[in-house]
Amino acid sequence: MERIPILKMGRFLLVTIQVDMHDQLAIALQDDLTARIARERSRGVLIDISSLDVVDSFIGRMISTISAMARVLDATTVVVGMQPAVAITLVELGLHLEGVLTALNVEKGMAMLRKHVGPEG
Amino acid sequence: MAPTDGSRGDRAAAAQRRGHRAHARYEQGLSLVDQTKLVTAASELARNALDYGGGGEVRIERMSEGARRGVRLVFDDRGPGISDLELAMRDGYTTGGGLGLGLGGARRLCNEFLIESAAGRGTRVTIARWR
Repeated sequence: MERIPILKMGRFLLVTIQVDMHDQLAIALQDDLTARIARERSRGVLIDISSLDVVDSFIGRMISTISAMARVLDATTVVVGMQPAVAITLVELGLHLEGVLTALNVEKGMAMLRKHVGPEG
Repeated sequence: MAPTDGSRGDRAAAAQRRGHRAHARYEQGLSLVDQTKLVTAASELARNALDYGGGGEVRIERMSEGARRGVRLVFDDRGPGISDLELAMRDGYTTGGGLGLGLGGARRLCNEFLIESAAGRGTRVTIARWR
């Protein structure tokens, strides 16, 4: 089964969601990310959804779960690149993504994380 | 019994892609936001049909009424059906560990929403967006 690659960017991890995700891929990503955060002692996770033109409650729940697991391990989650039509739709869908920060792109997301975790992190 | 390979999720993804392709070919002028809302609602309903209904079918119809143009989707499954529709429509209510937003969300995202279901009779959900 394919797995979503996780890139280490200093103290942070980056995942890019580009494919239609089925249940097992989502669970594998949650597991892989949690293990990686713990192993690397990462302070932040960036989830790049800039290629998703549809985000439904299944993906929303995956993002919330990743964020909750990361928080337990003292890491902050930032979702980057949400397309405007997706943002509008998510609000109407009723998906709240509590505790999840958002940024326009990876660069801004990293800057946000650096500010959030401080210089020594 | 849920399959342990990715096939069920792949079928959900495939249903979603068919929805995408159908509206991508659709020339009747739904805006990008309208398309996104419709396809997102479709994704919720397709997932419901797979997870709870044991699979099913979706019918995609173009509509025109005078100058108005729209797209209608009808989701049918032959699953166990829903005995308490009001409860099922409530945000946060889920029997499957999801977020419980699918039915209420689909209703909010579409101009038209109709659900017909009864215990033992399967479920039909009809949604539509108009330009």
